[in-house]
Amino acid sequence: MSEFLEYSLLGILSGGVTALVALSFVLIYKGTGVVNFAVGEVMMLGAYLYYAGTVSFGLTPWVAFGLALGVLGLLAVAVERLVLRPLSGQPAVAVLMATIGMASIIHGGVEATWGGDTYSPPTLLPRTPLMLGEILIPGTVLGNFAVAALLIGGFLAFFRWSKTGIALRATASDPVTAATLGINVNYAQRLTWVLSSLVGTVAGVLIASSAGLSPLLAAAALSVFAALILGGLDSVLGAIVASLIVGWVEAVAAGYLGGKSRDVVPYVVVLAIMVVRPYGMFGTRTIERL
Amino acid sequence: MDPSASASPPHAGLDTAPGLPLAVEQVDLRFGGIHALRGVSFAAAPGQVTAIIGPNGAGKTSVFNTISGFYRPAAGRILLGAEDVTHVPVHARAARGLARTFQNIALFRGLSVLENIKLGGHHTMKGGVLSALAYGPATRAEEMALRAEVERKVIDFLEIDHIRHQSVDALPYGLQKRVELARALAMRPRVLLLDEPVAGMNREETEDMARFILDVQEEWGVTVLLVEHDMGMVMDISSHVVVLNFGEVIASGTPAQVRAHPQVVEAYLGAEAVAA
Repeated sequence: MSEFLEYSLLGILSGGVTALVALSFVLIYKGTGVVNFAVGEVMMLGAYLYYAGTVSFGLTPWVAFGLALGVLGLLAVAVERLVLRPLSGQPAVAVLMATIGMASIIHGGVEATWGGDTYSPPTLLPRTPLMLGEILIPGTVLGNFAVAALLIGGFLAFFRWSKTGIALRATASDPVTAATLGINVNYAQRLTWVLSSLVGTVAGVLIASSAGLSPLLAAAALSVFAALILGGLDSVLGAIVASLIVGWVEAVAAGYLGGKSRDVVPYVVVLAIMVVRPYGMFGTRTIERL
Repeated sequence: MDPSASASPPHAGLDTAPGLPLAVEQVDLRFGGIHALRGVSFAAAPGQVTAIIGPNGAGKTSVFNTISGFYRPAAGRILLGAEDVTHVPVHARAARGLARTFQNIALFRGLSVLENIKLGGHHTMKGGVLSALAYGPATRAEEMALRAEVERKVIDFLEIDHIRHQSVDALPYGLQKRVELARALAMRPRVLLLDEPVAGMNREETEDMARFILDVQEEWGVTVLLVEHDMGMVMDISSHVVVLNFGEVIASGTPAQVRAHPQVVEAYLGAEAVAA
């Protein structure tokens, strides 16, 4: 029983970072209708910049973290202006291919600069573990979950109550009407890319500083697809709940069926749920007239 | 004639500036080989109701979209008050007092009636930390209070208080149209564009809407420009009518003048009717 509790707890806690990555996808999809395949590479680039800042330039972790956020934010502004805005109005597939192209450029650039080795960047958060009765929770797991929870809570509040958050929701739902109400749609879409990029960077740095840094980090974003499909691509709340569920399923599967099963079992579970709820748990139900 | 002086009926409802004149001058609009508008010129007098009529495909919605800023005309200009806004982006026209509704209802689904209306006041709010510092908390609080006041009045005025917290998705069609008008009014417009405000409405809903439009114009002095197919309503509430056909203005004047105009009769009823 305590074994099951331990797996469950670790799984749900590790689902927090998964939720951040999922949020990075959902923000873009909701705000601009684009499935951004470069999320994993953004995470990876952010993490490598953090590594370079701390290890190569000897900056303190928080300064390096801030710089990585700044660079990725500016990069998002540039990409939105130079790549995505010219593509607006083009078929979704064209934009999707552009994000895949950007992903390869970043991936290749990172491998060319830092190689394929695994590095261990310094941790951002204290490593004090927590003992809960018999269960030991590593400090990084706890810290990552806390940061993810704070950030996600902040985002939910931002979208619910702030003027800018409401403007972003209006733009996502109907850009034409939003513009006639005086909302600057270009600005809203730029902000969406910046926010998504910042969230991805935070996730990347958290993962790298707890699990090590290599180009494989980008693949972590792909494993989030199980959660995205389950939660519905256009639901922030769905992405969060689904990430926690997928984290839990992964940890329990890995605990009882062996480490390899963690890549398979979540998809089997998601597939089973999709048969019953094809739009995901929280996704928007669309009715197509034939 | 000085528009701001002539168009100031006591607008008891809203603390807005009075309606601005709107002028469309020699506007040409092309989509590839299609010449959608050819040298279209007309003016909407401040504080009056002006209607654009014409058969399907005459270019009525193209005129609206050009005034809103979605289409850039190949030639000509749009004047809002004294200002040439031809090259002003869509969102910036809201701040200059231009508001509109759409032919197909464009409410934000999933939001309540009140939330939709609040979005109409969006452009009046100076958001963000920087401007809060620049304008000071007092100005901001004043603005918030004014906004709440406008929202309350608009909701009272359009008689939608009982549904303010309902989601817009579930509302009947006529009420959705009314909420869209409420959102446009919450923008404190000086020129209001209404794209087919009574399309698809039954008799009773149409009469309600006509009354609201007249009240908006009479009490608040807003300049109203509308596109509508319901001839009875157009002739009842407009002081000036512009007739479009094949992208050109073929007639304009008072409802009585336009009704008697031979080209208008021809466009609507066919050449035989004129000959007969």
